[in-house]
Amino acid sequence: MRFMLLFSRQGKLRLQKWYTATAERDKKKMVRELMQIVLARKPKMCSFLEWRDLKIVYKRYASLYFCCAIEEQDNELITLEVIHRFVELLDKYFGSVCELDIIFNFEKAYFILDEFLMGGEIQDTSKKSVLKAIEQADLLQEEDESPRSVLEEMGLA
Amino acid sequence: MSDVVEKTLTALPSLLSLDSHSGATKLSSTSKLGNLIRGITELTSKHEEEKLVQRELVSIKEQVSSPNTSMRQMKELMVRAIYCEMLGYETSFSYIHAIKLAQQGTALEKRVGYLAVSLFLNESHELLLLLVNTVLKDLQSTNLIEVCMALTVVGQMFPKDMIPAILPLVEEKLNHPKEIIRRKAVLALYKFYLIAPNQVQHIHNKFRKALCDKDPGVMAASLHIYLQMIQDNPEGYKDLTASFVTILKQVVGGKLPMDFNYHSVPAPWLQIQLLRILSFLGKNDQSSSEIIYEVLDESLRRAEINHNITYAILYECVKCIYTIHPKSELLEKAAKCIGNFVLSPKMNLKYLGLKALTYVVQQDPKLALQHQMTIIECLDHPDLIIKRETLELLFRITNAQNVTVIVEKMLEFLRVNKDDYTTIDLVGKVAELAEKYAPDNEWFIETMSTVFSVGGDVMQPDIPNSFLKLLSEGFDSVEEDRKLRLFAVDSYVSLLQGEPGKLPQRFLQVISWVLGEYSYLSEELEAATVLRLLAKLLDMKSTSSETKSWVLVAMTKLCEGGAGVSVAQEVCETYSSSLDTVLRQRAQELQHLSQDCELRARVLPRDAGLEPLEVDSSLSFLDGFVSEALAAGAAPYKPPHQRQEELAQSKALSLEPYGLSLPISMSSCSIADRQSPTLLSVSSGLSGDSPDLSHKGGSTTLKLDGVKRVWGREGYLSQREPVEESAHVEVPSPLRSPSQQGEAESSHSQTPATTPTPQPEQEKQQLASSLFVGLGSHSSVCLMGKSEPTTQRFRRKAKGPVSPSAASEQISNSLVSTPSTANDLLCNNLLDSSVTSELSVSSPEQTSQLSQGPAAANGTCDVELTDGDVKESSPSLVGGNSVVAADPAPHEDPDRPEGLCLNTHLPAELSGLCHSEITPLCSNQSLDLSACHVQKEDSLALVVFIYNSSDSDIQQILLELDSDELEVSCVCDSAVQGARSHSVAVCQYSLTVKRPSVHVEVVGMVSYQFPVGTPQSVQFSYKLPLTGFIRPLTVSTEEYGTMWLDFSHDTKQKLTLISDGQEPLADTLNVLKKKLQLHVVEIIGMEGIVACRLLRDQPCLMHCRLHAGTLSVWLRSPVPDLPDCLMYHCQRALQEH
Repeated sequence: MRFMLLFSRQGKLRLQKWYTATAERDKKKMVRELMQIVLARKPKMCSFLEWRDLKIVYKRYASLYFCCAIEEQDNELITLEVIHRFVELLDKYFGSVCELDIIFNFEKAYFILDEFLMGGEIQDTSKKSVLKAIEQADLLQEEDESPRSVLEEMGLA
Repeated sequence: MSDVVEKTLTALPSLLSLDSHSGATKLSSTSKLGNLIRGITELTSKHEEEKLVQRELVSIKEQVSSPNTSMRQMKELMVRAIYCEMLGYETSFSYIHAIKLAQQGTALEKRVGYLAVSLFLNESHELLLLLVNTVLKDLQSTNLIEVCMALTVVGQMFPKDMIPAILPLVEEKLNHPKEIIRRKAVLALYKFYLIAPNQVQHIHNKFRKALCDKDPGVMAASLHIYLQMIQDNPEGYKDLTASFVTILKQVVGGKLPMDFNYHSVPAPWLQIQLLRILSFLGKNDQSSSEIIYEVLDESLRRAEINHNITYAILYECVKCIYTIHPKSELLEKAAKCIGNFVLSPKMNLKYLGLKALTYVVQQDPKLALQHQMTIIECLDHPDLIIKRETLELLFRITNAQNVTVIVEKMLEFLRVNKDDYTTIDLVGKVAELAEKYAPDNEWFIETMSTVFSVGGDVMQPDIPNSFLKLLSEGFDSVEEDRKLRLFAVDSYVSLLQGEPGKLPQRFLQVISWVLGEYSYLSEELEAATVLRLLAKLLDMKSTSSETKSWVLVAMTKLCEGGAGVSVAQEVCETYSSSLDTVLRQRAQELQHLSQDCELRARVLPRDAGLEPLEVDSSLSFLDGFVSEALAAGAAPYKPPHQRQEELAQSKALSLEPYGLSLPISMSSCSIADRQSPTLLSVSSGLSGDSPDLSHKGGSTTLKLDGVKRVWGREGYLSQREPVEESAHVEVPSPLRSPSQQGEAESSHSQTPATTPTPQPEQEKQQLASSLFVGLGSHSSVCLMGKSEPTTQRFRRKAKGPVSPSAASEQISNSLVSTPSTANDLLCNNLLDSSVTSELSVSSPEQTSQLSQGPAAANGTCDVELTDGDVKESSPSLVGGNSVVAADPAPHEDPDRPEGLCLNTHLPAELSGLCHSEITPLCSNQSLDLSACHVQKEDSLALVVFIYNSSDSDIQQILLELDSDELEVSCVCDSAVQGARSHSVAVCQYSLTVKRPSVHVEVVGMVSYQFPVGTPQSVQFSYKLPLTGFIRPLTVSTEEYGTMWLDFSHDTKQKLTLISDGQEPLADTLNVLKKKLQLHVVEIIGMEGIVACRLLRDQPCLMHCRLHAGTLSVWLRSPVPDLPDCLMYHCQRALQEH
């Protein structure tokens, strides 16, 4: 997989993960162009696009579009399931996920994605084990955070 | 996974005071990030957002650089910076702090630090070097979460050059007790393989171990590597075919833990990965394919649930079945699958079905015929993607009979299409079809006109080029040429009389060239009329100056007679004072030539398009002028960028005087473009924004390869096509006469044979009959794109005895005459063979194997080996619940030759010289290949060691080497004939550089044969840096000075200085001298000059100067690319120091 984008119906980028080195300027251009194309498509249309030298697979969940760029020989249908599994993971983690969860906790969404895909390839397909890995790391974080955060808030105030 | 973290957690105290994780969600929404996000959503304009974010960034910037900011606050700041970057704002100031956070934070802060790094940077970013140490440290951490984080970031990106630093640690992790670590390590190695395959060559055995890992997750991860390696070199992994089949069987049979199920389908990702691997292994290999058939059949059978995921598996199965050696039963099932896809109401499946059809249709045109009605429906589909794919499919089934309908459909699409990428692609295809199958002149010219108008200025420049070439070269029939050209002239004149302002520039250029060349052919057309039309183009605002110069050249060819000359004079007046030098020159030419008829006839002879033109690219005819000017004291010419650089460096030691700018290059080719329209159009490609410039630019030759031209010298296709047609002329369109159709269609329910149909249906059927004409009948096989070689043969046979002049009679005759028996035979043969080996038409090897029978296909020892493997491990397969790969048993020969003893095999004449490490290249069950290189004075010797590790002698070893960048010659006395059992044969090659490149690569193949058995071969590649070819060049400062001026290729860069000693310049140059074998000519104050050569006679000079703590280096050489490559190595040498 070359990259994955999440964006809203209003054309706001919510998440972007690039698996091949791409210049910042090109990234912006590609994101803009793709959003335009995908947002213009009607609901009943095919989820696959041929765009530049890439294949684009996208799917809409509520107000969010998930969009993956894959290579010529990759399987489009399984990529749709990659998206779906990612959504399932987010859903399980946040407890019926909505766009706001991803906006406010985008770093968590990135952690989940990193545990699920590594270097653009599927790393772990088991919902249980991905979430376990994430939750354990989270626990570590909170345990460390909670006693200090009060102090810090005071220090800053 | 669970116990990994559990252990880590028990090591930590105060575990009891945990919040629930939903608390964390709430927390962050009240945080500063939350405030920022809410702030942004409340804003209404982009402008306000910009202001807010900029303010935010200023505050982040302030805080991150403050020394009082704790790592915990830093973490929070980083998250905000990531958010701002996602909104599209520049946050590069925070990159370094992200690295610091990953370095210094505790585990939790690290996590954010690593995330920020992986989002901000990419693997070529220089800051990433700073992360290497952190990764190293974390890989050695006892905290498993830290190790996981480090491996994750490594798998995302890592600087290529630093891989050796962490490779041992990552390798070590392959033996880690925790599967999650092993899995991540495997994926990290996969990443390394992708970016630097040579680095991980030595651990192939460990990959095999990963493949046999008891955890299916680790095994699945290793498949990524295998897929890649097998794709690169399928021959090397044939022995694993049976193992992969076994794994797939177990997966399909539901032997994996439930955890791996996805919507109750067992491990679909794993299945698809395995199917892809198997299709590479079975491609063009019958014996491997035979191992695969059974499991494919089972996969097809099992994938029955009506769910997207099973379709994914089915689709992959179909692709695999059509890739490997064909088996009729499976092909039938696959065809049925494709049919289901095509007929599905789900858009995604329909699309993939069409796509599959597109691939398959070349092997099996009947399949397209079966689905013709669906294809017709898709052709008018509202979704452009579906429509586009349908056109692609039609493109593949185009023949001389349906070309007009299909091209019409393609042009229709082009007129509504907005996407440049698609336009470029489709326009190219239409042009190709038009050239190949045009039925007549009018159609051809009109179609090409549409191509030029629609393709406009985005189309590939070779389309107009080859069109003009075609017109100018003509065919064998003079009369036909005249008609075609005349028609072009007439239709272009009427276009110019219309609204020429709407035509794209490229088209105007084509038009002006054609009118300039051929308008004399039209009797009723006066030159003055054409001249006036052309002059009108010059007055249009939209006309580019490039087009204007085409127009002026065309006018120069036409200006004769009183009226013509007066138009020309008018134009000359306007343009002879133009600011554009090219236009001014053209106007001058026009002026002179319009007044001197004799000269014009000599310079621009009529209809001279065919004579080859010699272009003196060295401009030697100007030598006299130049030397005169030099003698008179003029300065030698220098390219503009060089002059600018010198201006900037005016205070530096100046080795040459200022250059004088002469527009020599402009004037040199003034006369040239009469005969070669390409010359100008190449420059047009460069000035326009064609996206394909990278591979088009720079070459002045016409790109005609790949386009099979039927409008060639031999005549039209339209003159030959009927000859082919004669074979099937009695078989009308399949729809109108169902009784005559092939068996395949007769069963198809959608073929409405006799039932009366409503009006729209009928239209569709008519369309279908015009689209699918010529398919499915005997001769169709010859018409299909794939079997083009046979088409040509067919044609030559049919045409052989017919002289070109008689060709036109041939058309009318052949329509009624019965096909010759030779043609019949050919057709039959074709069909017969296509039943058994449809997929292997192109591989002669395959067919020979076919005739030998299946047993002889891949050498018997191979087959035995895999059988044995399966037997060995089969008990454990049944017993355990997890998948255990059939152990592929890495071939670790106990008596494999060590590097040390290979040393003794070095040829005597090389033993005194220093040689590189002997590196293993590849090995299989009978051969181990290693190689090293030895630096000789004038060349580089490559020594290949072939070790025969088998128990029998090998005969007829043949080693073939090839390289894009190198000249390879065999040192004659070292040709190897054979190698005895367990002994070493040595081959020696001498390498010189053809074309410099940073790294050069030699690819080779060893073919050999055992006394009993079939010939076998192994492929390998050997990569070495250019530095091996660099030698010092001893010159004096004066010689250096004169050489410097002569060299035209140069590059400049600032390099880091080695500044730990007293004399940084001398120290740095010494390092370069030592590492790259350069010769330091002289050091003068702050500057140094250095010289070297690429082997014998390709010098490269270097001039360096200390400047503001860095070293500005300027390299020059007569050899293109050499300065750039050397610069790279200098940089590397200094970095490594």
